[in-house]
Amino acid sequence: MSTAEMRQVRRPGDYRSDVKPVWCPGCGDHHILLSFTRAFAELGEPPENIAVISGIGCSSRIPAYTNCYGFHGVHGRSLALAAGLKVTRPDLTVVVASGDGDGYSIGGNHFLHACRRNLDMTYVVMDNRVYGMTKGQPSPTTEPDFDTALSPGGTGLSPFHPLVIALASGANFVARAFSGEHKETASILVDAIRHPGFSFVEILSPCVTFRPDERQWKTMVRPAPVAATDDPGRAARRLMTDDGFNIGILYRGARKPYRPEFGRATADLAALEKEFEL
Amino acid sequence: MTRASDVPEISSLADLFAIAYGIEIDAVARYELLADQMETHNNAELVAMFRDLARAEGLHAEEIRRLAGDIDVAAHAAQLGAWKSGDSPEEADLNAAHYLMTPWHALQMALAGEERALAFFQRILDTAEDPGIKAMAAEFVNEETEHVELCHRLLRKHQRPPDSWSHDLDPPGGQE
Repeated sequence: MSTAEMRQVRRPGDYRSDVKPVWCPGCGDHHILLSFTRAFAELGEPPENIAVISGIGCSSRIPAYTNCYGFHGVHGRSLALAAGLKVTRPDLTVVVASGDGDGYSIGGNHFLHACRRNLDMTYVVMDNRVYGMTKGQPSPTTEPDFDTALSPGGTGLSPFHPLVIALASGANFVARAFSGEHKETASILVDAIRHPGFSFVEILSPCVTFRPDERQWKTMVRPAPVAATDDPGRAARRLMTDDGFNIGILYRGARKPYRPEFGRATADLAALEKEFEL
Repeated sequence: MTRASDVPEISSLADLFAIAYGIEIDAVARYELLADQMETHNNAELVAMFRDLARAEGLHAEEIRRLAGDIDVAAHAAQLGAWKSGDSPEEADLNAAHYLMTPWHALQMALAGEERALAFFQRILDTAEDPGIKAMAAEFVNEETEHVELCHRLLRKHQRPPDSWSHDLDPPGGQE
């Protein structure tokens, strides 16, 4: 019997905690939680072999709603925490959850370097193009004409393009999903987790409270017209004509994941003292 | 990107029972999820409404289990698995939820689900060749027709709210 056959059949409910989500009814994050648990069940990993790491924001509450290991970390630093965990416990499946504010603003620098380092983990950004938890300020992905009391006349700033940045920075798997299509999103998450190296999945997740216009996303998203490519140049050209609503896997790279040597020091104490001698 | 659900293949009466049972169980889980959301947001009227709907779907599931006799519908449903894409017919649309929604909105969700289920079983009735499957599909069509009518009757008790139903005197967007 193979290892896969020996794995216990698991159901999405096996990965849910008893904590009830506080997200607003209609929020896309509810769907993403369904996608997480469905993906974990399909992978068949026991909950204790999965770690869900997050930062701060509505999206980052998700570890509490799973019964996997979780860490609700500091703002923008989820990737740093996850990298440390993956280096020391490479046997764990590490999934990082963030939002567009947490992940692209204060955590933007970590995003670039996590893509570059290519540790074997999956980074999920639940993008609603607004800071929902702090009452609706524009985020890095907000459109320039988002006109509110907090951004009169709009910010006038070009939005951040997450997939372009991920691809250019060296992510080994790049995809976009839509929360409302939770089963398809689960399928993308399964592919992302199984793919070696750093996988980045942006999930469009409507904020129905501060961006009620985003309820229309369900009529705007569409399956990407072309299949995933392993050619970063071709993937980049596809992004040139991307309007942000093509759903699917864009890029699957073949770069070897970063696996640092880890374990006991091989040099003896005298040799180490000599190395650090002033 | 709304797509038609990829309907599981029905090649035996056991498959039909299992799928019908699965539809009701999915509906129970979805209504419970919505009830939990409304509980978190202190909409007590909707908590009660969604719990009642969940209970009703649970009774439908039990009725299917009874009709199936010796067939272990729960085990067979688990074996067949869920709809691969999209929701199963009676799962209420999570996207349509709102913290200030009213019983009318909940019943609209329920009605849409029952109508999708009716269309689903009608399609089986129209296309099945096996007489046993056809007869049971006809039974399910009758059941779902009754459920649609029940939703319409309940909607007469719960009138459509005024257009201002989502106006919140203490809105979450306090900085707008």
